[in-house]
Amino acid sequence: MEITVTSVPVDDQQKALEFYTNVLGFEKKTDEPVGEASWLTLVGPDSPDGVELLLEPTENPTIDEELEAYRDALVTNGIPWTMFGCEDVEAEYERLSEHGVEFTQEPMTAGNVTMAVFDDTCGNLIQLVQQ
Amino acid sequence: MSSNDDVFQALADSTRRLILEELTDNSEQTLYELCVRLTMEHDIDMSRQGVSNHLEVLEEAGLIASSRRGKYKVLEFAGADQIEAVATWLDRLAEKNTDTETEKR
Repeated sequence: MEITVTSVPVDDQQKALEFYTNVLGFEKKTDEPVGEASWLTLVGPDSPDGVELLLEPTENPTIDEELEAYRDALVTNGIPWTMFGCEDVEAEYERLSEHGVEFTQEPMTAGNVTMAVFDDTCGNLIQLVQQ
Repeated sequence: MSSNDDVFQALADSTRRLILEELTDNSEQTLYELCVRLTMEHDIDMSRQGVSNHLEVLEEAGLIASSRRGKYKVLEFAGADQIEAVATWLDRLAEKNTDTETEKR
């Protein structure tokens, strides 16, 4: 087995698409309408055939409340929803800060790992890792 | 000194003492940041649940407090009075010990 798609819950798919592509730099891979939402996935620019990131809409009346409570608890305690890898956390920190991205944890290095945590503006914290 | 029992108990654990040091060095950390610092900078191999348990003991002893900063809940050192009381007691003990040593001579 392998990981093909992983997801991040987003408050607003179009707003998320804009942030994840224009600010973070991912590329749109699929955008298939499903009811009122879309099967909307992204890939990293250097790995078009790699793992896809699904922007999962949270507007789902049957699970909304529980999901929101869980997401809020994670954000409240500073816990990231997921982790993205990059080559240079410090450079990304500078670049994203210029875009107004808010970091809840500034780059921190220990051994051969550097990490930072930012707010994806769609309801989640995301950890950046360089190793 | 019975009122200080929970403070001494909280201070009896090395991880909890380290957490106090961390929060005096870097105040207003989220649970996650604190866990990352403990793991990455102090080689503490512990789950967030484990850290949470220690935080509960420290909070009950009044040594740390948590508060909201916008969306986030941050942890900070809040035990200045408690630490001073402990330090006063230790000083007195040390002084008594010095007196006894002097008498012996």
